[in-house]
Amino acid sequence: MKKLIGAFAAGAMLLALAGCAPAATGSGDAAAAGPKAESDLVVGFAQVGAESGWRTANTKDIQDSFKEAGIQLKFSDAQQKQENQIKAIRSYIQQKVDVIAFSPVVETGWDAVLNEAKDAGIPVVLTDRAVDSSDDSLYVTFLGSDFVLEGQKAGEWVLEEYKDQTEPVKIIQLEGTTGAAPAIDRAEGFAEAIKSDPKFEVVASQTGDFTRAGGKQVTEALLKANPGVNLIYAHNDDMGLGAIEAIEAAGLVPGKDIKIVTVDAVKDGMQALADGKINFIVECSPLLGKQLIEVVKQINNGETPEKRIVTEETTFTQEQAIEALPTRQY
Amino acid sequence: MNATIGKLAANRLFWPVVMLLALFAINLVAFPGFFAITIKDGHLFGSLIDILRNGAPMLIIAIGMTLVIATRGIDLSVGAICAIAGAVACSILLGSSDPSNPATVAVAIAVAVGISLLLGVWNGFLVAVLGIQPIIATLILMTAGRGVAMLITEGQILTVNSPPFKAIGSGFWVGVPIAVVIAAVVFAVAALITRRTALGLMIESVGINPEASRQAGVRARGLLFAVYTFCAFCAAIAGIILTANQTAADANNTGLFIELDAILAVVIGGTSLMGGRYSLTGTLVGALVIQTLVTTVYTVGIPPIATMVFKAAVVTVVCLLQSPATTAAFASWRRTAALRTAGKEMAA
Repeated sequence: MKKLIGAFAAGAMLLALAGCAPAATGSGDAAAAGPKAESDLVVGFAQVGAESGWRTANTKDIQDSFKEAGIQLKFSDAQQKQENQIKAIRSYIQQKVDVIAFSPVVETGWDAVLNEAKDAGIPVVLTDRAVDSSDDSLYVTFLGSDFVLEGQKAGEWVLEEYKDQTEPVKIIQLEGTTGAAPAIDRAEGFAEAIKSDPKFEVVASQTGDFTRAGGKQVTEALLKANPGVNLIYAHNDDMGLGAIEAIEAAGLVPGKDIKIVTVDAVKDGMQALADGKINFIVECSPLLGKQLIEVVKQINNGETPEKRIVTEETTFTQEQAIEALPTRQY
Repeated sequence: MNATIGKLAANRLFWPVVMLLALFAINLVAFPGFFAITIKDGHLFGSLIDILRNGAPMLIIAIGMTLVIATRGIDLSVGAICAIAGAVACSILLGSSDPSNPATVAVAIAVAVGISLLLGVWNGFLVAVLGIQPIIATLILMTAGRGVAMLITEGQILTVNSPPFKAIGSGFWVGVPIAVVIAAVVFAVAALITRRTALGLMIESVGINPEASRQAGVRARGLLFAVYTFCAFCAAIAGIILTANQTAADANNTGLFIELDAILAVVIGGTSLMGGRYSLTGTLVGALVIQTLVTTVYTVGIPPIATMVFKAAVVTVVCLLQSPATTAAFASWRRTAALRTAGKEMAA
């Protein structure tokens, strides 16, 4: 019985191998035949899910950009599950799409499926999130935000804002979910930027889990235990919005008595910035559809895109927020 | 003296209260102004008030959970019901033309609570009529419920701008946070209904031996329906407070893992997961211990990476102190002490 199963398994593997080989040569032929017409291109995109307003804006921008560019997009939603995303990528490989793009749900566990794509000769583009793999030949490029840079931008604004002050500046940091890449990198970039001047002192740093409730509760406790705080640096808008409520409850004026710097620039955050309750926001843009189209076109033309492409992002002051708010998409 | 301590230690609430006082002491050392309560803008302001207000939603759920656990059940779906109640209330407010109208807010809350009651009846149906084990029955809604909340909010965080709604989470009534007032009312009602009538006794009897209580004439089925529905009601109230507090419905995060905190509060309070005897006062102390623990992490400045380990250590200590082995050791120590005192008296 065991032998029989063994024979079947071996047969199945042979079939799988046989299935792979022609696909690889097939796409090789296509590459040799030169670039396809853009209207013939097919791109498979495996999205994380729809877990936040940011993500929904990301999805919409990608879908709109492809429609505008006239390139066919096959879209799938993994509902925050890696297995769903792997299934979606496998189906794209079977459908022999020209480019696969995806935002990995988690950092690890992609080597097998990415190798399948590589064997099939389909280039892979990572968007928004990176994978943790020793083999960087598995993907063509990583297109997304540079979280360290975002932290640095926030820190630089703080340096500028307090450049005339000689007394120490007491800072509370509201960290994102412990261990998440944006939380680690945004803390690192900020610390790097402010370390040049010893007057900046981070008196307390706690995680608010990227949520409003978390930001509020942490700020309430930290404000009481650390009187005389000048500035709050929150790793996202939501925690900053929670901090605003805690500051108001303590009888202080957010944006004046205690200044607030955040990262993201979602609509609610921009509204608070325009209202003068937040002082500065570093954008973390979900609108990377246009850049993704560029990458797809480059690959089609046989060019090699940069290995790391940083999303085009800006920063907002209160005045800029008032201007940008009416046309803000997310 | 020994005898007094011994008597106190025999009380189920002894160790949780000691733990609470120990946490207070740690806070006081780290932050001398910990006990200070001042009046700011006409309302009470201080760390203790924060603990009460932030702990209110979890306490309310823990009260419902206590009764469910007393029937030898458990309700894992409360966190998901929180999210659904918040999502329903916010989407109604957003859909209305005048979200600041107290009548609109009342309608939104009534609908949210009504839907949650149905979910509670569903849980009760699975447990009482179909006889599914409570942990499995409520697991269904725990996983599916967040999906339902996501559908209602369409995956977005719904921010509402409605002063009367916001007041439920962060407003004050005669200087006291409204959330705390609501929690106090729920606590008082639960205590009165179950302890001033035979209801509490019946719940305990169903928890200890459902078959025996049925033969004694206790209608277990109706009782189970009632406790699961009440628990869902508590979850809905808590979900509305949580949502109002952050003025936004967040289907992913509202009430996330609150079921575990609530169960922990019940267990720390001395109610056994095996059902039977329960203590609402114990649950109150348990909830305060957990919320004070959270505040302690912030005031002492424990780094986020170590937070979980710190919490685990405290909870482990509480559980060890309450374990049957420790209780037995204390009982024997108490007996020896009593004998020695008696011996001395005889000698005198």
